[in-house]
This record gives sequence, structure tokens and C-alpha cells, in this order.
Amino acid sequence: MRWLRDLLDKQAPMFEKGGKLEKLHPVWEAQDTILFTPGFVTKAGAHIRDALDQKRMMITVVVALGPAMLMAMYNTGYQAHKAIAAGASPVGDWHDAIYTALGMGYDPQNILACFLYGALFFLPVYAVTMAVGGIIEVVFAVIRHDPVTEGFLVTGALFPLILPPLIPLWQVALGIAFAVILGKEVFGGVGYNIFNPALTGRAFLFFAYPAQISGDKVWIAAKGLSADGVSGATALAHASEGGLGQLTSHGFDWMHAFLGLVPGSMGETSALAALLGAGILLLTRVASWQTMVGVTLGTVLMASTLNGIGSETNAFFDVPFWWHMVLGGWAFGMVFMATDPVSSAYTAKGKLLYGLGIGILVVLIRVVNPAYPEGMMLAILFMNMFAPLADHFVLQGNIRRRAKRRVA
Amino acid sequence: MVEHLLSLFVKATFVENMALAFFLGMCSFLAVSKKVDTAIGLGAAVTFVLGVTAPVNYLIHHYILQEGALEWLHPSLATTDLSFLTFLTFIGSIAAMVQIVEMTLDRFAPALYNALGVFLPLIAVNCAILGGSLFLVERGYGFGESTVFGIGSGAGFGLAIVALAAIRERLTYNHIPSGLKGLGITFITVGLMAMGFMAFAGIQL
Repeated sequence: MRWLRDLLDKQAPMFEKGGKLEKLHPVWEAQDTILFTPGFVTKAGAHIRDALDQKRMMITVVVALGPAMLMAMYNTGYQAHKAIAAGASPVGDWHDAIYTALGMGYDPQNILACFLYGALFFLPVYAVTMAVGGIIEVVFAVIRHDPVTEGFLVTGALFPLILPPLIPLWQVALGIAFAVILGKEVFGGVGYNIFNPALTGRAFLFFAYPAQISGDKVWIAAKGLSADGVSGATALAHASEGGLGQLTSHGFDWMHAFLGLVPGSMGETSALAALLGAGILLLTRVASWQTMVGVTLGTVLMASTLNGIGSETNAFFDVPFWWHMVLGGWAFGMVFMATDPVSSAYTAKGKLLYGLGIGILVVLIRVVNPAYPEGMMLAILFMNMFAPLADHFVLQGNIRRRAKRRVA
Repeated sequence: MVEHLLSLFVKATFVENMALAFFLGMCSFLAVSKKVDTAIGLGAAVTFVLGVTAPVNYLIHHYILQEGALEWLHPSLATTDLSFLTFLTFIGSIAAMVQIVEMTLDRFAPALYNALGVFLPLIAVNCAILGGSLFLVERGYGFGESTVFGIGSGAGFGLAIVALAAIRERLTYNHIPSGLKGLGITFITVGLMAMGFMAFAGIQL
């Protein structure tokens, strides 16, 4: 690797102060620190040292997203092939042109075929996200003389995973631009945002272009879905319409929902993949267990309460909490969105409260609000708003307690 | 009845939040949300004023202003319609209530009184409060409903302003672009908050 280091060192003066390309220093610095650990040594004062710097932390999250990404590609293809085998037709655009040019057929049993077909839908969305978001990120870094940070790798990995497979690519670009600029950069960049950027972008698309991100027709990458043949509705839409009864009568069982073999946003369907990610995040202590415990507790409490109350008109009241946890984006949202260290509460107690709020709200929105079958996105955004307040009260309580101790 | 009032309260607080769903009362919402403690004070003041003026204005409207309301005085007044005086009288009664709050705060909580400054008397012309009174006329609420609606709207406004204040406290040391510092970033925050409050839009109670 010596030659690579030498090469970089030779170019370094060009990007330093007074160099020709001084303005692009953040870009140069980013690729330099990706390739090599920075050689800076702190010279004075006491410093807290930790092997877990921002780079490692963000990369850990991206690694933890691995299972969800693989599942996203497999399940997108699997759902499409299953629908096509049951009578729907392929979307018939460039996706299929490439796919048939590769000589592949539509077969839900063929794991490789499913994977490939799903990748054809997932990877372009991912690429557009990274390209558009990355460019905006670099432009902001250059203008503000900030280093380019890895924070965007996480947002850029999360965002495509929470989109439906049939989302138009220009909407992906618009959504990620909104997320990065208004969700993050205007607040000061990585580490300063109030709302989770990926969810902000998705919520923007959700309210601006509901036709492409909600309803029954966007969750499976195939055409000609119909209510009597292959219904493209998500499990949550069925549950919202007719409760558990309709879920099972449409062929959904708990195990499939847990594994993620149901229609939905590309990466959010699999609770198993999210749990694998949660394992990595908890072992490395990147994500907070308080938030996850809070969300779980809140969901169990609220779902059980609603089970107890019951309703004659709304069968969703009777859906038990173990179903809530495998439906829609619950697991994915809890593991990767709610635990976002920047937009969640900072204090341990605050995190518990914040998680509890998400858990309670997600069940409430799903069950009580007929406008949205899924509530995870809005529940997390709503609690992002109250996270600073939770911290405020935890801190004030702490100050009061300690002040009292001093008097006594 | 209790269930109905409870759902009205929830609706006024969350679903039809004065600040984040109707964008009423923006001036004090943006101006007095720099510190959580002050925001709590203003939220409490608004809740109190709304909780009192809503039923009072209901009575005024029901027994004096609306068409035929004065029949209890004399049968010949059965066709009198004083509703053109609605704005005037509502503002008057609101101003009176605010005066009471102001004197009370000045006497018992001078710190809060000073922190709220000019925005306390300005509650009198806070559109969230006048809006509350006008909504209850438009929607034909009864006396009990008006009271609950007033308190609920005030609580919703308070909740929103306290949350915004906590967010703005966290924003204090952020590296915000110079053109957006202060009110600019606050407007953007409020917009995003309103998006979060959309979680409740569509709930039928």
C-alpha cells in the first residue's frame, strides 16, 4: 500500500491552503480518510479516547443494514415473480428489457432469479439516492469548509429501503434532496438535525405524491394487480380493513410476515433482517437498548389496551402486539430509525420515554387513524419533535434532585 | 356525554392543533418559543384564556348576539340580529380576560411576567384565541363543549410551543447557515413539525 500513500501525499499540497484545488479539500480529505486512518496525533490537553469514532459508528450501521438490503432485493423479486406466476404481468419497461436480455425467467422458486429481479429495482433507487444526496452533501461541505462525513452513508442506505419498488426515480431524487437539505443541512449538517432525515424525505414524498407511495398498486413490481387475482395490498392494509380475519383469509401468516415475504416497502418487510441488524447494533453498542425497549413496551401496552377495549366496527382493535411487531415497518423503524442517536433523546431516561411514545403512537395511528394503515414513519417523526423536550425534563429533574441533596 | 367531550378534547389538542394544523397564533408561537420555561408560561396563559373566553363568548353569542337571542328580554326582539357585533364583543371579552391574567401574573409570578413581556397583552389579539371563539360559533358547540374545546385548543397550542421551545434550545449551538439563523430556521422547523402532526390528520372522533 506504500505506493498509494505516496501517491496521495504527492497530491496533498494541491488541496491544502494555497493550493490550486483548495476549495475541494473536503472531497480530497474524505477519500484520504476512507483509504487510510488519519495520521494526526493530538498534541495537548486531556482528550477522551474511543476506538468508536464517527466513521466506525456509521459504517457499523451500514453493515447492520446488510441483511435488510439483501432481503430487500430478494423479496422485491420474489413478490413480483409470485404475482406474475399468479396472473399479473411484468411492468414491461427497461427493468424487464434488461432482465429478459439476461435470459432469465419469472420463477418465484428460483432464489437467484428473484434476487436478480429485485436488484434491478433496488439498485437504481439506491444509486440515485447516493448520487443526488452525495452531490448535495459534497457541495455543502465545500461551501462550508466542513469535512465530508459518513453520516450520509447511513441516510443514503436507509432511504431506498423505505421506498416502494415502483417509485419513480425522479421522486427518489426529489425526496433525498429534501431530506438532505431541509432535513439535515440547514440545521447544521450531520449531528445537528432534529428530525430523522430519511424519514423526513419519505414523509415529504408521502404527502406530496401519495399515489406513488401508498395504496395497493405500488408494493409489488408487477402490473395488472387486481383485488380478485393478486391483490397488491400490504398486510397492514388488510389488517386495517378487516383485522386478523382478513389477514389470514388473504394468505398472510405470522411466519411469512416475520421473515419478510410479504409486499411492502423494499427493505422494511423483514423483521428477521431487522433483528439481525439489531443484534449487531446492540453488540457494538451503536444503538441504544433503551429506545428499543421503550418502543417494544409501548407497543405491547397500547396493543393490549386496544385488545381489551375492542371495537365492533374496527377489527384492527383485536390485532395482538406480536402481529403489530411483524407488520409493516415496525421492526425496521425501531431498529434503524428510532435509535438514530441524533434525532432521538440524548439521556437514558429520555430515550425510554421517547421509545415508549413511539410504541404507543404507532399502534394508535395504525388502529385509530383510518387515513394511514401504517404509523411507524409518522410516530417516529412525531416523537423526534418531542425528544428535546423529554431531555429537557430529565435534565431539569436531575438538577433539582442534586440541588436538594446539596442543601441536605 | 363524557366520551364525547373527551374525544372533542383530543381532537382540539392533536387533530386540529391550533398552531400546527391551522397555523393560528403564529406571532407569539414564534416569538415566545426561545426558552422552555417561558413557553410553558405562555402555554398555560393561552390555555387559561381560551378555557375562560370560549364559554364566556358562547354565552354572549347564545344569549345576546345571535338572531333572536334577545327574545328572553322582550318578545318584540325576536328578530333582532346582533351578530355583526361578534368580532367586537369577542375581542372585548378576550381583552378583559387577558387583563385579569396579566394582573395576576404581575402580582404572583413577576419573573414569568417579565419574561413574557409584550406578548402577554398581545394574547388579546392572538388569533388562536379569537379563532377558538369563532370556531365554536361556526360549529355550533354547546356550553360544555365550548369549555372543553377552549381548554383542549389551549393545551394543543401549549404542547406545540413547548416542543418548539425545546427544539430551539437544542438548536442554539448548531452550525446553521447565516441567512437562516433565528426565524428562518424556526419557520423550517415549524413546517417539519406540522408534517409530524399530520400523524393525527384524518382521525374521526
